[in-house]
Amino acid sequence: MQFGFLVVFLPLLGSLISGFLGKFISTRFIEIFTSILISISAIIACLIFYDVIINSYSENILLFRWISSGTFNVNWSINIDSLSALMFVVITLVSSLVHIYSIGYMSDDPHKPRFMSYLSLFTFSMLVLVSSDNFLQLFFGWEGVGLCSYLLIGFWFKKETANAAAIKAFIVNRVGDFGLALGIFLIFYLFGSVNYQDVFSEVPNYISNEISVIGLKFNTINLICIFLFIGAMGKSAQIFLHTWLPDAMEGPTPVSALIHAATMVTAGVFLVVRCSPIYEYSELALNLITIVGISTAFFAATVALVQNDIKKIIAYSTCSQLGYMFFAAGVGAYNVAMFHLFTHAFFKALLFLGAGSVIHSFQNEQNIEYMGGVWKKLPYTWLLMVIGTLALTGFPFLSGFYSKDAILEFAYLKGSSIGYLAAGFGVLTAVMTSIYSWRLLFKTFHGSFKNTKLNFNSMHESPMIMIIPLIILSLGAIFSGIIFKEILIGPSSSTDFWKNSIFFKEPLSQDHPPTWFLFITPILVTIIIPISYYIFVKKTYILKLIVETNYPVFKFFKNKWYFDDLYDFLFVKGCKKLGLYFWKKIDIRLIDKFGPDGISSLVKLCSLLAVKFQSGFIYQYAFIMLIGFSVLLTFLILY
Amino acid sequence: MNFPILSSLILLPSIGAIFIFFSKSKDKKNISSKYISLFVSLVNLILSIYLWFSFDNTTHDFQFVEERKWLIGFVNYKVGVDGISILFIILTTFITSLCIFSVNNTVKSRPKDFLIAILLMESFMIGVFCSLDLLIFYLFFEGGLIPMFLIIGIWGGDRRVYSAFKFFLYTLLGSVLMLVAIIFIYWQTGTTDITQLYSIGIDAKYQNLLWLAFFSSFAVKTPMWPVHTWLPDAHVEAPTAGSVLLAAILLKMAGYGFIRFSIGLFPLASEYFTTFVFFLSLIAIVYTSLVALMQEDMKKLIAYSSVAHMGYVTLGIFTFTQQGLQGSLYQMISHGLVSAALFLSVGVIYERMHTRLIRNYGGIVTIMPKFAVLLMIFALASLGLPGTSGFIGEFLVLIAAFEKNILVAAIACLGVILGAAYMLWLYRRVIFGEIKNNELKKMLDLNRSEVFILASLALPILYFGFYPDPILKTVNISVENLISNYELAINNEIVKK
Repeated sequence: MQFGFLVVFLPLLGSLISGFLGKFISTRFIEIFTSILISISAIIACLIFYDVIINSYSENILLFRWISSGTFNVNWSINIDSLSALMFVVITLVSSLVHIYSIGYMSDDPHKPRFMSYLSLFTFSMLVLVSSDNFLQLFFGWEGVGLCSYLLIGFWFKKETANAAAIKAFIVNRVGDFGLALGIFLIFYLFGSVNYQDVFSEVPNYISNEISVIGLKFNTINLICIFLFIGAMGKSAQIFLHTWLPDAMEGPTPVSALIHAATMVTAGVFLVVRCSPIYEYSELALNLITIVGISTAFFAATVALVQNDIKKIIAYSTCSQLGYMFFAAGVGAYNVAMFHLFTHAFFKALLFLGAGSVIHSFQNEQNIEYMGGVWKKLPYTWLLMVIGTLALTGFPFLSGFYSKDAILEFAYLKGSSIGYLAAGFGVLTAVMTSIYSWRLLFKTFHGSFKNTKLNFNSMHESPMIMIIPLIILSLGAIFSGIIFKEILIGPSSSTDFWKNSIFFKEPLSQDHPPTWFLFITPILVTIIIPISYYIFVKKTYILKLIVETNYPVFKFFKNKWYFDDLYDFLFVKGCKKLGLYFWKKIDIRLIDKFGPDGISSLVKLCSLLAVKFQSGFIYQYAFIMLIGFSVLLTFLILY
Repeated sequence: MNFPILSSLILLPSIGAIFIFFSKSKDKKNISSKYISLFVSLVNLILSIYLWFSFDNTTHDFQFVEERKWLIGFVNYKVGVDGISILFIILTTFITSLCIFSVNNTVKSRPKDFLIAILLMESFMIGVFCSLDLLIFYLFFEGGLIPMFLIIGIWGGDRRVYSAFKFFLYTLLGSVLMLVAIIFIYWQTGTTDITQLYSIGIDAKYQNLLWLAFFSSFAVKTPMWPVHTWLPDAHVEAPTAGSVLLAAILLKMAGYGFIRFSIGLFPLASEYFTTFVFFLSLIAIVYTSLVALMQEDMKKLIAYSSVAHMGYVTLGIFTFTQQGLQGSLYQMISHGLVSAALFLSVGVIYERMHTRLIRNYGGIVTIMPKFAVLLMIFALASLGLPGTSGFIGEFLVLIAAFEKNILVAAIACLGVILGAAYMLWLYRRVIFGEIKNNELKKMLDLNRSEVFILASLALPILYFGFYPDPILKTVNISVENLISNYELAINNEIVKK
């Protein structure tokens, strides 16, 4: 039992030590120490995961009571089952690699202990989130990772853009949390508990429960699911609440890899999967999730096609892949969603860290228009990025191939019109994924060297401490699909591996879609490779032609569908104007003017009148006193 | 219990004040008076903690009760504590000690009198929280305003007279009505003893009017919208210690009053006015959060955020549920700590730069890293991040509000988003970015005593965020009793009809 405890609390220990003692101990020691702690945590997590696969280990370690008020009781606990064990592996593994990578990447930064402290704190919060056995502890972790994300995006606190992005991330996430909190309230209202066990076992009894809000009747289960999903949308950057993720790239690249690709942003997917016992009873919410999922996948891919910032392209790609995970969950294939989450963590972290290596070599240049031709200079990075790209696009037999194809298959097998729609858009998005991924790779590494500030010959590979984590991730990107396919999404996975952690109301279809559908995606994404090379490197004028003929569409994509501008106008400016209005017009002009200021001027007026009484003649005063006294006396006697 | 511990708590600060008054300090810095006041407040703190430890939280009865004849046959001096009031007493002694500790060279003129004012205020506050007689309560309640009025009026900033005046006008207006109501209650029932009043009950036909009279006093002091405009002005002009006492303790008297009197004495009226209070609370939460967003003065921003936070308190109290009341009490204690910490933090940089305008700051994290860390903790507690005390209260209140009305909870939840917006924006503009104002470079990071003061607030904020049990347990039985009495009254009324 101590093992689960260690996985969660070793990162916290690392964070506290580097946070508080960072000034007194050498930086080198701090970075190695935190990395080792997380690595130990990762090794134990892998052991636990192995134990779960082999022995179906599961345990709920109760730490202590957190809040107890009337019937509202919540505990701190570490709940280990298949789902959390899988998340443990993803989180600690990527986190330990990112810690090690950061030793190299952040080597020039004066605030390294702080950085390490935040990274470890993030890891702790994320582990708390996934290991919860109730909704409130999940909420704690949820907000905790949000805070760490805020701190890390704004890590370079002198950059105004970074600060703005940090606040944006926190507040947009809070909008999501608003939904999540309402979901939790409603769960407590309905079930009288926020513990997973109590809630999930009671769901079937409340299927037709209804609740009325402002006179309208809603199915309560549907409402809970939608509220929770709003929270998931915020954290996982789904369309409408996605605007923070691209901006979050202002943070250091290791952060983007860990938080904004592999772990935190997948918390939303985790939430939906964790709540499968509720979602299975809400057809409406599942359809909504599917639609939001495909919309996000498609939307983000279109934007990624035309961006020039290397990290933003990958960020939109993350957004898009998260959309895939959601629509997998939406069609009921929760295990497939988790499988894609698992493989995606490897290849997306690989791509981000690879991009970080490129940025490092180009001395903080992020625009792919100013790169190119360096593949021979950065051979490892190039090779590793190629692996990552192949895995992402779903090239046969790499990890992404298995997970993405499974998603499309299950969408197709769903049989409903939404399923077919999802499958169709899924294939289309996969093609776009391939295009923008290869565009990024070719523009970065091939063609001519387009950077004017740097000398081509001085370009050199990143240090080994950055390359080794990439190599480990690339192994994951290549093999995680083929190895874990059977365990996680095989025909008997739900009974052998997932057991109680995921609930399937009806067992997943064991059929196979028609052969043409199975082959279409791998064939398309493979054909795209030479075509992209041709367009983006060889004959760039074709590209210009395409852009010119479709200029309005290009501009629309380039401006990210104008979401940012719209939100800025509606919410940021709107709130500021409203605040100013309330303050200047209502508080000052209305309340103060007629309230205290009004009264005081009234009193002044009265006192001006009263001055006339103060004549200074003793007899007048005595007379008034006499009158007063006699009135009082009469009153007392009569009463 | 023979030792009159509550009376000692009330009287000690006053006795200390008398000592200071007669002490002749040779040095100009008034070291002796500072030591006397510090000593007295620390003794009080220790006494109150002892009180907490010897407090029995398995019964809802008033404990440590003392009763003495006073104004023969008319009013008795009666004090006692239950789970609800004891926490406020500790909050008072704790915050006052910190305040006195923080008073150093900032108060230039008449520092001796300043300390006397603070000590007198402590006496009055403790009196408010443990009096078990309406008239005694009223005396303490109003008496507490006088030192505050003086603190703002004498040691305040440029517009101190206006602010003090506004403060007094608002608070007095409400109080007069409350006094009338108290006299009326005495005529009706022949007693002002709260425990007796609880058992006698007040006739249903008078409840609404009496409730309104009490409400007018409490609403001003909470403060609730639209009678909140005195607070930002009072805060801006008050010296740091004054702001701290005002926000941390004075505002809590009203919340305490709502629980003790409005619900306790007038359950039917409280039920009747629930919607009205919800409405005002929601406006307080959303409206003042938006106003806070646009403030240019740090103290004003925090003052407006206080109004929003107290909105949650009133919202929670009038849900009449276990979670709601416990949440409100928790929120009050938490806000006491957090707002005190925030005002002290502003005081720290104000002392160095003599400006409270946000735009004059920026980038001070490089100069004052310790300050930046501590302020971050306070800002996060203020925006209600889980793991800080701010979260527990807010969450319990919202969960209770949700049971009553989903829409109310949803609107109140918006405050959580706005709270994050104004707090983080403030933090960013003050702490992060490049240093644009060159004078900032002269600032020094926190000295030892400042670290001590702020850290001793940060620790309970974090501790009670992770482990709220000590507070929740203390109030549990008393709140349960309050609610069952309330429900009994409502049910009786329904049966009557």
